[in-house]
Amino acid sequence: MSEPKKVQGDLVLSHVTKSFADFTAVDDLSLTIPQGSFFALLGPSGCGKTTTLRMIAGLEEPTSGKISIGDTDITFTKPYDRPVNTVFQSYALFPHLTIFENVAFGLRRRGIKDVDEAVEKVLGLVELSHLKNRKPGQLSGGQQQRIALARAVVNRPALLLLDEPLGALDLKLRRQMQIELKWIQTEVGITFVHVTHDQEEAMTMADTVAVMNNGKIEQLGSPVDLYENPKTVFVANFLGQSNFIDGVVESTDGSTVIANIHGTRITFPKSRNNASGSALKIGIRPEKFRLHDPGDNTHGNVLNGGKITDISFTGVSTQYLVEMPWKQELVVFEQNDGGAPDLEKGDPVTLSWEPQFTFALDGSSK
Amino acid sequence: MTRWLSKNLIRIYAGLAIFYILLPIFYTITFSFNDADKRNIVWRGFTLDAWLNPCEPIGICEALGNSFKVGLTATFFATILGTMIAFALGRYNFKGRSTTNLLIFLPMATPEVVLGASLLSMFINMGVGSGLMTVIIAHIMFCISFVVVTVKARVASLDPKLEEAARDLYANEWETFRRVTLPLVAPGIAAAALLSFSLSFDDFIITNFNSGTVNTFPEYVWTASLRGVPPQANVIGTVMFVVALAAVFAGQVLGKRKQKK
Ligand SMILES: Nc1ncnc2c1ncn2[C@@H]1O[C@H](COP(=O)(O)OP(=O)(O)OP(=O)(O)O)[C@@H](O)[C@H]1O
Ligand SMILES: [Mg+2]
Repeated sequence: MSEPKKVQGDLVLSHVTKSFADFTAVDDLSLTIPQGSFFALLGPSGCGKTTTLRMIAGLEEPTSGKISIGDTDITFTKPYDRPVNTVFQSYALFPHLTIFENVAFGLRRRGIKDVDEAVEKVLGLVELSHLKNRKPGQLSGGQQQRIALARAVVNRPALLLLDEPLGALDLKLRRQMQIELKWIQTEVGITFVHVTHDQEEAMTMADTVAVMNNGKIEQLGSPVDLYENPKTVFVANFLGQSNFIDGVVESTDGSTVIANIHGTRITFPKSRNNASGSALKIGIRPEKFRLHDPGDNTHGNVLNGGKITDISFTGVSTQYLVEMPWKQELVVFEQNDGGAPDLEKGDPVTLSWEPQFTFALDGSSK
Repeated sequence: MTRWLSKNLIRIYAGLAIFYILLPIFYTITFSFNDADKRNIVWRGFTLDAWLNPCEPIGICEALGNSFKVGLTATFFATILGTMIAFALGRYNFKGRSTTNLLIFLPMATPEVVLGASLLSMFINMGVGSGLMTVIIAHIMFCISFVVVTVKARVASLDPKLEEAARDLYANEWETFRRVTLPLVAPGIAAAALLSFSLSFDDFIITNFNSGTVNTFPEYVWTASLRGVPPQANVIGTVMFVVALAAVFAGQVLGKRKQKK
């Protein structure tokens, strides 16, 4: 029965490290999550997302570093003394309590006597008031997920942690819950930290996305920013697909970089150059390429001498593999907005794209 | 004919098996109504005599009382101690845990005669006089193992995420234990207690070694069987049987109702 202090403000992790025996799960992680935002932590399995959340929740102590909300240090505060609630990946609803009592649990532990109104309200929010006398075992996966959310939200924490809460749901329900979650977040105005390894989920829901790999943050930014201007090869490939072509900087003309890739000169804005040296990895998203017959009028950057080696029709778009003269295969997506495509395997093609869609990384980056 | 047989074979088999299992119990119940003379072996006619005067044979109710005293006390202590050990073994990693796990099984694997005899010599060497106290100590000892095994299974199946969820929802260590851990492990503890009681109530071998001059119910029946078991023993047996059956039945009904809710 401990009433957490009224703590609010941005969540700040500074130089947080968590090691298990000889394995470092979270490695010198620093990040700031603004109050009231919807923040997504995205990364492949085993990269340390859950461990990060558990440290924020207080279920795990950092090996070193500091965690604070506003100007309150919570690094070693007990989980029941922090204004933080978690929606567990496995829901972790109490099987021996009714839905109503599950939701009321946090309120009762804080010594609040009259819980009816708050519980009813939050059950209304997740549209499950009619199930309040059931036990968790008698609910569907989607319903349990909503109850887990309600059980956390009802406490109005400063911070809500969601650990892949939609992981167990089928695609349709998942999309629906994504919209609902986003709506609930706007409604209650609590900071949400949402962990997922589904890039689409992170991009559609969050204001800010942090891409994590091997216990470190690779890049942090708005979904558009991350997609259009990835700073590492990992981010470029984790969020969607990318083509990388080796190149060298020839010169810089004002705000434009001129580069040479396998004998062809291309340009791109200087602001899109993330490389420090002159060796480049030039990134182009498959959907940014346009396919032409050789000799057609083109626009922007042009690469000649391609040959189609594979075509796969996916409905809305068609995916082509184009082999370039330097024996690299590039992936190209074309919208099927002009009816069925008339290209065939073995056809010679020219590729073009607009310079501003280029992103350049260090030639040595992996 | 063969088709009929293949269709009904399983029923015939089941019928015979149940008959085999229930026959002694049926016999016990029937002969509690026997108008017995010294020996309650031949059927001599129906009477309620034994049921109306269950304490008539000298020492039978005293022995029954002793069995209850021993059973309840041993169950109480064995359940508490065993549950604590089960939590320690199921939850915490400490030095010597796997050894402890193994040692807990020993009393179950050791022949009762050996246990009983060595307990007796131990008590004698320590200068402790045999009596109810020594019986209780012996019963606690062998019941603990069964409690540990039963409760540990339940603790192991408990999702640690539930306790984390409780702590996350503002329950401190004690509240977490009381509101989440204990209610979820309780069925296992209850089963362990019932098991302890029935093991203790039933025990003859270890008890006989360590009881000195006092008698428990099984000892009474054993002694009486030399002269002839009075039908009152059947009465007590029947009552125990009915009570146990009612408890199982009530448990099932309760469980079903809980599920429905
Ligand atoms: N208690 C522990 N002891 C040892 N290693 C651990 C422990 N908990 C986690 N790890 C390791 O730390 C790494 C990060 O684990 P974590 O659970 O944070 O991954 P994750 O990013 O949440 O992955 P997923 O998407 O699969 O849930 C993993 O390699 C895991 O094996
Ligand atoms: Mg995880």
